[in-house]
Amino acid sequence: MSVRTVVRAKAPGAPTRWLMRNHIWVFLALTFAVFSLSSPYFLTMNNLGNVLTQAAFIGILAIGMTLVMINGEIDLSVGAVLALASALAIGLQDHIGVWPAVMVGFLSGAALGFLNGTLVALSGMHSFIVTLGGLIGIRGLVFIYTGEDALMVTDFSYTEYPEIYLGPVSLTAMIFFALALLFQWVLTSTRHGRETYAVGDNLQAAHDAGINIKRHKIINFTLCGALAAIAGILLSMRLGTAEPNAGKVWELWTIIAVVLGGTRLQGGYGSLWMTIGGVLTLAVLRNGLRLLNTPNYVELMVMGAVLILALAIDKLLSRHEVGR
Amino acid sequence: MTTDIGALLRRHGLLLGFGVFLLGVALSADAFLSPGNILDVLRQVSITGVMAVGVTFVVITGRLDLSIGSMLTLLTVIVVDQHNSVGPLLAILITLGAGVLIGAVNGALVGLVGLNALIVTLAMLSFLQGLVLFYSGGSNVNVENAQTTWFAVFGRKSLLGIPVPVLIFLVTAIIGAFVLNRTVFGRQVFATGGNGTASRFSGIATPWVVFWSYVISGLTTAIAAIIMGSRVMGAQNTIGQGYELTVLAGVILGGTSLLGGAGSVWRTVLGITMLGFIQNGLLLLGFPYYVQWLVTWAVIIAAVWIDLGAKRGRILA
Repeated sequence: MSVRTVVRAKAPGAPTRWLMRNHIWVFLALTFAVFSLSSPYFLTMNNLGNVLTQAAFIGILAIGMTLVMINGEIDLSVGAVLALASALAIGLQDHIGVWPAVMVGFLSGAALGFLNGTLVALSGMHSFIVTLGGLIGIRGLVFIYTGEDALMVTDFSYTEYPEIYLGPVSLTAMIFFALALLFQWVLTSTRHGRETYAVGDNLQAAHDAGINIKRHKIINFTLCGALAAIAGILLSMRLGTAEPNAGKVWELWTIIAVVLGGTRLQGGYGSLWMTIGGVLTLAVLRNGLRLLNTPNYVELMVMGAVLILALAIDKLLSRHEVGR
Repeated sequence: MTTDIGALLRRHGLLLGFGVFLLGVALSADAFLSPGNILDVLRQVSITGVMAVGVTFVVITGRLDLSIGSMLTLLTVIVVDQHNSVGPLLAILITLGAGVLIGAVNGALVGLVGLNALIVTLAMLSFLQGLVLFYSGGSNVNVENAQTTWFAVFGRKSLLGIPVPVLIFLVTAIIGAFVLNRTVFGRQVFATGGNGTASRFSGIATPWVVFWSYVISGLTTAIAAIIMGSRVMGAQNTIGQGYELTVLAGVILGGTSLLGGAGSVWRTVLGITMLGFIQNGLLLLGFPYYVQWLVTWAVIIAAVWIDLGAKRGRILA
């Protein structure tokens, strides 16, 4: 919540400007309407519940990515961290029990996030480089640990843990929304959250104001890693297997979802509301295109086009802003 | 005297570390520094190497190109498929043209429109992968007369004992280095990445410099696709997946700054070649295949950190 946002909300013509800044929701409503009209299967409780569950995995990754991006950084390693957590949670449970294995998976994500953050903070390297290295190296760890084969659960009761539903909404989806709400609160109502915006908006000014930049970066990367691990564990519960290639190129989908929502890569601007919008739009788009039986390539091409469109809109809108 | 050694270490630490690694592996694996193995490694890195030469231009302007992996797939599919329908010569020309065209689209969006390079090329990565599936209909393509076509020369033949891909890599690097260091355009590439605003005020058309850098990146990817198509004599729908990461890793390892304004083609060649030798060396030493990814991680972090620390004068930020 930068001061600028508050000022803008009070400016004349606020509803129009709100709409312009929250274009993702307009876009989501449009896609929603189009698919409701074009496919009889889209607007059913069952399908919408599925969309939410499918959205949750990229969604949980996107929460962490949003924190890191508002802070002015990027994390390319989330897909690999997800794969490692999922492999550890399944691979270790025959040896140390289910919940300890899940705990190890979770901690592996938090630890790798902490490592990423510490490397970025201590070295002053671009996080793109640090996490690009991480993406390659951690994926290597996954392949070494799994021996290049998919790991399978031996006790299938593991796959029943997330099978709790509130109406059509799965536990996985609920966890996504709960985490998004929690971290939206963190962003707007805690010192760490506000200072995350400050650091992303203007690093030097934040430093001069006495904000501990390194601490915030390390915290956000650790959170991002931990959230990726949660997504990995939930994925392992849903599938009952851990593939070494799980989550490959998901970091790209995650970045697409976050940017689509309106959070800026440059840092200092964004929210988890926007990210929820971006994640849901992406999920609705993928689901709707599949229901319409469009070939796989249409999906990939539409995603690319939509992303560039979102970027162009964002550029057009931010041109009207002062000081950018 | 100690400061001299310190300065030397900082400036050429990467090379020295690499030298120690080469020596270490050579002592424990006899085959490592044999001419055959060296040529093998060079042949393996030639595809990523050619691409990295073009990407170096983009990175020096302060931009990124993540689309090259999908672009490599698409162009390889095109060259193989067109080879079957219009023959090798036209197929090569079409592929080069397509590479230039895709680079121009990237360049127009990033340079002329001014959109964020990371997101645009990410979008292109997705879009081009879609185009691959659309073009190929999801099936793999193969060169029909693989045994008789002269197209084999680019990936499979040798000239004076040196594999042709290696020669193409070398020639691309020489031309790239010449353009970057000895032409007005090359200086403008550095200026654009070093300080875009100042460059604009000095009369450099920075949007067009960025545009042409992406065109170069598209062109080198097309050359790489020709080598790839010729070597494999076919193309799968995912043949170039992940190449963008290897190429970027090599460029970064060479010391070209992601912030733009600094870098060189020869350092990129060094970075890519080093990655190749490291991977080859680890395999010769008997490490499992994926250990090389772990080592790549460590090497990237160490190399960039040391480089940054040397420029800053202290190791911690």
